[in-house]
Amino acid sequence: MNATATRFGIWMALVPLLIAILGLGLQGLAIIDTSLFFTWGYFLEVLIAGLLQGVLYSLVALGFVLIFKASGIFNFAQGSMVLFAALTMVGFIEMGLHWTLAFILAAGVMVVLAIVIEKVVLRPMVNQPHIILFMATIGIFYFLDGFGQTLWGSDVKVLDIGIPKDPMFVLPNVFEGGILINSFDLVAALVGAVLVAVLAVFFQYTRVGRALRAVADDHQAALSVGIPLKTIWAIVWSVAGIVALVAGIMWGSKAGVQFSLALIALKALPVLILGGFTSIPGAIVGGLIIGAGEQVAEVFLGPLVGGALQDWFAYMLALGFLLFRPQGLFGEKIIERI
Amino acid sequence: MFYREAGQFKTSYSADQAIFPIRQDRLGLLLLGLVAVFAVPALANNYFLETIFVPFLVFAMAALGLNLLTGYCGQLSLGTGGFMACGAFFSFKLATAFPELHIVVVFLLAGLGTAGVGVLFGLPSLRIKGFYLAVATLAAQFFLVWMFNKFNWWTNYSPSGVISAPPREIIPGFFVTGNEASPAAKYVFLLIFVAVLALIAKNLVRSRTGRSWMAIRDMDIAAEIIGIRPLWAKLSAFAVSSFYIGISGALWAFVYTGSVEALAFQIDRSFQVLFMVIIGGLGSILGSFLGAAFIVLLPILLNNAPAALGIPLKVELISHLEFMIFGALIIFFLIVEPHGLARLWQIGKEKLRLWPFPY
Amino acid sequence: MKFKKFGLAAVGAAMLAGSLVLPGLAAAQEQFVPLLVYRTGPYAPNGIPIADGFNDYMQLINTRDGGINGIKYAWEECETQYNNDRGVECYERLKGNGPTGASVVNPYSTGITYALIDRATNDKVPVLSMGYGRADASDGRVFPYVFTMPITYWAGADVMVQYAKKESGGSLKGKKIALVYHDSAYGKEPIATLERLAKEEGYQFSTYPVAHPGLEQKATWLQIGRQLRPDWVFMWGWGVMNSTAIKEAAAVGFPMEKFIGIWWSGAEADVTPAGAAAKGYKSLNITGVGTSAPIFADIEKMHADGNGIADKANIGTVLYNRALVNAFLYTEAIRVAQGEFGVKSLTGEQVQWGMEHLNVTQAAIDKAGMTGLLSPVKITCADHEGGGSALVQQWDGAKWQAITDFISPNRDALRPAYEESAAQYAKEKGITPRSCS
Repeated sequence: MNATATRFGIWMALVPLLIAILGLGLQGLAIIDTSLFFTWGYFLEVLIAGLLQGVLYSLVALGFVLIFKASGIFNFAQGSMVLFAALTMVGFIEMGLHWTLAFILAAGVMVVLAIVIEKVVLRPMVNQPHIILFMATIGIFYFLDGFGQTLWGSDVKVLDIGIPKDPMFVLPNVFEGGILINSFDLVAALVGAVLVAVLAVFFQYTRVGRALRAVADDHQAALSVGIPLKTIWAIVWSVAGIVALVAGIMWGSKAGVQFSLALIALKALPVLILGGFTSIPGAIVGGLIIGAGEQVAEVFLGPLVGGALQDWFAYMLALGFLLFRPQGLFGEKIIERI
Repeated sequence: MFYREAGQFKTSYSADQAIFPIRQDRLGLLLLGLVAVFAVPALANNYFLETIFVPFLVFAMAALGLNLLTGYCGQLSLGTGGFMACGAFFSFKLATAFPELHIVVVFLLAGLGTAGVGVLFGLPSLRIKGFYLAVATLAAQFFLVWMFNKFNWWTNYSPSGVISAPPREIIPGFFVTGNEASPAAKYVFLLIFVAVLALIAKNLVRSRTGRSWMAIRDMDIAAEIIGIRPLWAKLSAFAVSSFYIGISGALWAFVYTGSVEALAFQIDRSFQVLFMVIIGGLGSILGSFLGAAFIVLLPILLNNAPAALGIPLKVELISHLEFMIFGALIIFFLIVEPHGLARLWQIGKEKLRLWPFPY
Repeated sequence: MKFKKFGLAAVGAAMLAGSLVLPGLAAAQEQFVPLLVYRTGPYAPNGIPIADGFNDYMQLINTRDGGINGIKYAWEECETQYNNDRGVECYERLKGNGPTGASVVNPYSTGITYALIDRATNDKVPVLSMGYGRADASDGRVFPYVFTMPITYWAGADVMVQYAKKESGGSLKGKKIALVYHDSAYGKEPIATLERLAKEEGYQFSTYPVAHPGLEQKATWLQIGRQLRPDWVFMWGWGVMNSTAIKEAAAVGFPMEKFIGIWWSGAEADVTPAGAAAKGYKSLNITGVGTSAPIFADIEKMHADGNGIADKANIGTVLYNRALVNAFLYTEAIRVAQGEFGVKSLTGEQVQWGMEHLNVTQAAIDKAGMTGLLSPVKITCADHEGGGSALVQQWDGAKWQAITDFISPNRDALRPAYEESAAQYAKEKGITPRSCS
């Protein structure tokens, strides 16, 4: 943990420098090619929007990391868990419950779901290769998609829990027109930060958290000192389910709760490889880098090639990092040479 | 009882190394081939040919390609859709730029082009492994689809970005693409084409190259120590796999749908082919076919079952149920037999060999 | 390989059983229509009201009129999930049902339309792609079995520019127009037309593609709202992309009154997820808005009698009305064909004849109780678009309001573009255009 903290510190110190270099580079590009547009205020605006967007990616990526860390399973169903959680919560709200109560009930449903998954799917498949478990989560993905829609219907649903959505303009006297910040994204980022902090405390200081880290380190050793592996798995899936619920609320109140929410899992994958599959800070930092990187690329480089490049740009960015750090930025270092 | 190789003696090395050393297998395959070539087009109606057999063969081809990479060489790839798009657009450009070129040559050239692209995107595999590599191949997936979608050159500047397969004959008067192509002609052409390529693949995995792939899959460090070059083995696996996948993409665009846009090769396609490989059986040529059959047939079967059984259900409920049953069946299969349908088939053969005795 | 054979045999048996049962039910004189619907999947919010509209209109014809001159409709839904392969499978499965096969197919997906053009032409089944699909299929000489009535995307782009021009005080010179489009075959359709009009009208035109599925538009709207600051934004969006675009546009403070969507970006499901932000947003529509047309009284009555099929909440929604108009158009075509071939179950080929001789006058629209839902359409052998028009509607926070009358696009310039594009298609596919004179 200490090494991670040091690395984190170094990165944080480097960040402003990197941003300045990036900005200068883009400014240079804009001078060479006059069709491009660049001002520092606009650059910062895009960057901030990207970072806030990145926190939302991190929220989804976090669910993946939790499960991968504890059980080595790449949980493809995380996206449909997000959808299912959001659908369930909206379903409860539509029954006339207050959203806090609906949240608690939906969280309960996710816990039940986690226990069922552990019992029905994971337990019979202990000791199978990772790719088989990965396939099994794809099975869960399909099942949840169908189940959620059978239960709650395929209509688009509105989820509004009163998060402000007005644009804010900050520093109007430094930059012309100020820097536009979306208050919704800001709130979402704050919620994400709080969630990460809570998870960090949970894993660092509680008994369950310690057991979980033990399981993540070595299944067999953990079992032999009496840690109940299956309970831990159920807990991890529950926590991942609740993280999915929070992500679902954030994305759902952005775009409406509908089938497409399951697709945001794809946005979390580059975040994962960039940050490393096993690191919670990795998911956060990865999300920030991917979010900022793809927005900046789309806005400042997109016009060169006709736009809509942010999808593959995120993956290319992650790939570029991977070539230098094959385990991701914060992934576990496995020493091997091939 | 029926399936016993007692009395079949091998008197030469070549007989011992034959692909199908058992006579029953040879006969069965011959029979299957005859049924597939003559009986199926004669008996099946156009619905079966167009919506079941043709996509089955195209998907089997793609699954075969992915199985070479993932099943035999152990490199997990999620870029299948992108490589299929390569094959489709390469062959479209070739077919429209050189109308006199024979369609099979077009397909093979498109496959070769895709192999080149595959090698390019296979380069990261030299440094990264496992799920990291899988996600890295997604970069290929998204980039390639974006490229074909974005640059009009690939679609001959069609205003909508959709390519339509020009009509081509395999032998004069016998169209396999375009309006005039009959489903039976398409089917027979595909059947022969896929069968030949599958046979080549089967031989390839029994060769030195195939063995080096499997060595890399089982343990890369050990493989390197016994003198297998990981660079060569991995990149050749990417090349051959992309060659097959590229051809399947070309067949998809030309023979199956007839017109296609880049978005038809989205990420879902990659997952679909991966399911086939895993359900069918990793590291098995037969498994690719079984997996493709399973994934192509199951949704259609589930979708038609309520109507066929006379149970009146709403279409949306059928569709939701289809999702649920599909997911549940995947999980069920993985619990019962994680090594796929090909393994089940093998177990079945073992049982048949002993039948009616228990052991 | 035995498993495979077994599986195929099982499917075969299932299909055979299915095909044996259905004709037994449909032995009488009937007009069969396959309905390719998407009630599940990412586009279900749009697919459900469309499917409901078709069901209700055909049910209305059957229950109120006893069919078209006594020939009742028979139809079967097939779920495509907005998926091209599924669409093809559905079409192949249903095309032979009923006494005379499919009369007409309405894919409601640009991708499925593309995939069906060859097949349906071979099978002699007319494809009615109402406001989607290939714009150049309006050239009936190259596409005899594809109908684009009442209006195509290219014409829609023209209507948008006309409207923007009128609202900008009669000239677009020096104005900036941005197009936000779904980065697919569908979204690219209007670009050529808008570029041509940019030269004619003198506006500055820029394009912003949005990658499928469109949940990610922050960068796009930062560029539009904070850098380009255009006078008008047009949108070719679909599904979740629409509501996301409206939200992001509001987030950068772009005025909704200057934001016009195509008719696939203007249904209730596209604006409600955006909440209050969507108020003032405009879109084109090819059909009238609301439930004021006389036919809705009949539909109400049908539902009161317990014969309605649709979810009552969908009646009068934008896409429900569109499906009503669509079903009305092919019903009229079948009437025309019955006049030529006699009152009986008609084949797809005969319905195609009916469509090519379709002339829906204002009187016919009023007679069917569809007043205000569509403008007159007249199809000829060469012109499969039929001179329809579109109106502009605005979201008032609770429902859509029509704010203009039907606006006719300027087809003098569009027709040569259709013909040029169709000629290129004919050349690539080796089609000899038929003669229409």
